[in-house]
Amino acid sequence: MKKYSEELYRTDRHWKEGGFDVYRSTHWSAPGCHNGCGLVYYVKNGKLDHVEGDPNAAFNQGRLCIRCLNQLEAIYSEDRIVHPMRRDPERRGDDDAWEQCSWDEAYDLIEENVRRIQQEYGSESIVGLVGTGRDVNCQLALTCYVAFKTPNLACGFLTGDSCMLPRMAGTMITHGDCPVADMSQFSELRYDDPRYEWPEVCLIWGNNPIVSNGDGFFGHWIVDAMRRGGTKLVVVDPEVTWLAAHAEVLLQVRPATDAALAMSMINVVIEEDLYDHDFVERWTYGFDELSERVRDWTPERAAEICGIDAEGIRRAARLFGSARPAALQWGLATDAHANGVHEVHAIMALSALTGNLEVPGGMRMARLPWDMELSYSCGWKWLDPELQAKRLGNTMSPMHQFGVTACAQADCMLNAIETGDPYPIKMLYLEGTNPIANMGAEAPRVYEAMMKMDFNVVLDYVLTPTASAACDLFLPIAMAAERTSIREWWAPTRACMPVVDPQGEARSDNQITIDLINRLNPELAHEVFHDITTEAELCQWQITYNAHNAPEGQTFADQVEKVATWPQVEYFRHEKGLLRTDGKPGFNTATGRIELYSPAFASFGLDPLPKYEEPWESPISSPEKFEEYPVIITTGHRSWEFFHSEGRNQETMRELHPDPLFDVNPETAELYGIGEGDWCWIENGRGRCRQRAHLTPQMEPGVINAEHGWWFPETEANAPNLFGVFDSNINNLTTQMAYGETGYGAPYKGFLCKIYRCTPENSTPTPTEVIANGGWDYERITMSNHDKIVRSSERAC
Amino acid sequence: MTYGLFIDYGYCTGCHTCEVACKKEHHLKKGQWGIHVLQDGPRQKEDGSWEFTYIPLPTSLCDLCGERVGVGRLPMCVHHCQAGVMEFGELEELVKLQSRTPNSVVFRPAVG
Repeated sequence: MKKYSEELYRTDRHWKEGGFDVYRSTHWSAPGCHNGCGLVYYVKNGKLDHVEGDPNAAFNQGRLCIRCLNQLEAIYSEDRIVHPMRRDPERRGDDDAWEQCSWDEAYDLIEENVRRIQQEYGSESIVGLVGTGRDVNCQLALTCYVAFKTPNLACGFLTGDSCMLPRMAGTMITHGDCPVADMSQFSELRYDDPRYEWPEVCLIWGNNPIVSNGDGFFGHWIVDAMRRGGTKLVVVDPEVTWLAAHAEVLLQVRPATDAALAMSMINVVIEEDLYDHDFVERWTYGFDELSERVRDWTPERAAEICGIDAEGIRRAARLFGSARPAALQWGLATDAHANGVHEVHAIMALSALTGNLEVPGGMRMARLPWDMELSYSCGWKWLDPELQAKRLGNTMSPMHQFGVTACAQADCMLNAIETGDPYPIKMLYLEGTNPIANMGAEAPRVYEAMMKMDFNVVLDYVLTPTASAACDLFLPIAMAAERTSIREWWAPTRACMPVVDPQGEARSDNQITIDLINRLNPELAHEVFHDITTEAELCQWQITYNAHNAPEGQTFADQVEKVATWPQVEYFRHEKGLLRTDGKPGFNTATGRIELYSPAFASFGLDPLPKYEEPWESPISSPEKFEEYPVIITTGHRSWEFFHSEGRNQETMRELHPDPLFDVNPETAELYGIGEGDWCWIENGRGRCRQRAHLTPQMEPGVINAEHGWWFPETEANAPNLFGVFDSNINNLTTQMAYGETGYGAPYKGFLCKIYRCTPENSTPTPTEVIANGGWDYERITMSNHDKIVRSSERAC
Repeated sequence: MTYGLFIDYGYCTGCHTCEVACKKEHHLKKGQWGIHVLQDGPRQKEDGSWEFTYIPLPTSLCDLCGERVGVGRLPMCVHHCQAGVMEFGELEELVKLQSRTPNSVVFRPAVG
């Protein structure tokens, strides 16, 4: 087999080749992504000519997905906005009202509004909103806490903070860390590391990693394990994905019943004595209580709830329970259920019971190599404690009250906007988030909330529907190939360097952050940031002042030359005293053990053991609603072409994926007279949207899987059309404020709807027209009626 | 020497990387492909297991990236394949590899 010539792919950062300047770098958005793959950029006459995957990057080993391969289309797109623009707030939704302005004018406008709001209402009345997969986390945090002096950084109208935060919050309590499937990704030697073992079994729960690549996990590592390591799969998914079709056991659960399945798998692992006695004895807490809890969770009981076969549950539990090592690759589904934290507790107990923690090929307690605070907590310590205490959602649930929180809680933020309680919100600063099109549940309500603001700022690279609808100041951001940054999620530590000048006047999020700190908080800019002015200096500051574990004297310049720095990998760190701050053996929890029974949950007044709760809206809990809306719906699955709402303006992506699709079983489609490719209405009591039917046996009858993030850049920007953002928006059907008792997790997956074919007669008014006329008429869930409508067992914030 | 493409299609996930990598390298217009991913299934078999297979098919536009290969690179699709299931090489060697790899295929495009 032919190999590439090593002379062509060097390990230097920069070299010349033919007419090209060649640079190695890593991708850290935009376009958005969770991964940060190694790239080789080829630049000619100051213009990016083409890009390849870097074979010397151990992370992706030369491979790339289509979004990186197509990035020139994003960078050089005609749709790209490359100058700051402002608009009179009275003329929101009017595309002709934009006026180009200078960066100084843009910053003046921000300063003017921030100062006014600080004076009239208090700086807490400003909220920074963040999306996912963009190089904006520490940047927005610093902008909020240092420049604006607000404690409120929140996920962009993401009800229940339903992305990774429920998993993090849950496992930080029960495991003291964030367990991640070990695919050798912490070692530069990767699969050649002599200590590494392929997992015998990988349990893939609630995600399709080869498409989603979530949370810094390159999904095709799973395929490496299957192909090269002989790893067998057990897959839990409502849809028969490619991975599921290649699994030894597929558990096609009814959406949002995962915790019931996990309880029964624990039952089998314990009843059939498949658990690791030594590990359980030495390193876990509360085994007897957990055994008692799952005693009546027989596979038959779970099978009935989940709509699967009890024998399949036994086979899955036996396969996973007998494998050593076994990995568990979980995803967003657990977060997008109101029962999220309890579900997380149940699922991750399986790895502890089987002794698969800290073993090669099992679950690794993931840490950041230099432990830089590059996330939502960055800069928090410099915020006045009185302001810290005002963060929205601080007292929402006992977990938030006791400090298990990374940011302001999204539902509490919406509540503050709608009711003024505990204080009014006057300004939103949206960095890399497009909530009306993407993750804002109950999209029309999000639109309405945004329109109440005095001032909205959007940082993005194209005019999104959110920006078109509600933005008064648009700040154009630089793409990955145009920016300087540093990144850890998880390993290695990566530098991202500009290889071409930004288009027009675009600036990186790092630059905008530093500019705003210098302008709005000169005191801290001097004392804490030492009057730095450039992106590279901010990266150096992160290494020197904001890292707990960076090498002494580490320079950013050195990191740039290396592109990536890999950590030393240790396994079995709990036995060696390497996980706890006190240096003692054990896990980083209060008990030093994995808490199958969590004393912390007990002290919060929460159930200390894993449990299952039926979703709020389901055939079982709302049978009357089910009569009218007899189809169960799940949303939010990823597609190859798009990162959430991104990429709809790229021709190559739309060629592969022109329209919004929902997957439906042919039997169900026939029942409703729906054919392949038919445009259909998906509707429930909150609203409706239209997508095209894809008939496939991948779904169980009566369950559909609908796409999110759709808008149509080829259509009109002006309100009410707003790039058609409401017409196919699945979030016309979701709801805000149906979170569970912990405030973490909300039902984006697993609720009810009906489907019917679009006809000329039933197609007016369109969602766009309905929303322009005040929206659908129904009782919204609010903090005041939440207990009555959703559940009675919890408190409001 | 005759060259071709080996594909361990049993592990092809249908990620479109080969298609887009090729499109970018050859500046192919909308609707044109140098390699195209075909799909069989998903369908459930009588024993309850699933058939769900992708197979990338080089088209008549495939030139096995002659220009790239000439200077020591791999064809764009082979270089970037996310599942790592594609190999480029001399036909005889590829056939040997195929003989020990179940669910694999060797293509010899016309230019091979």
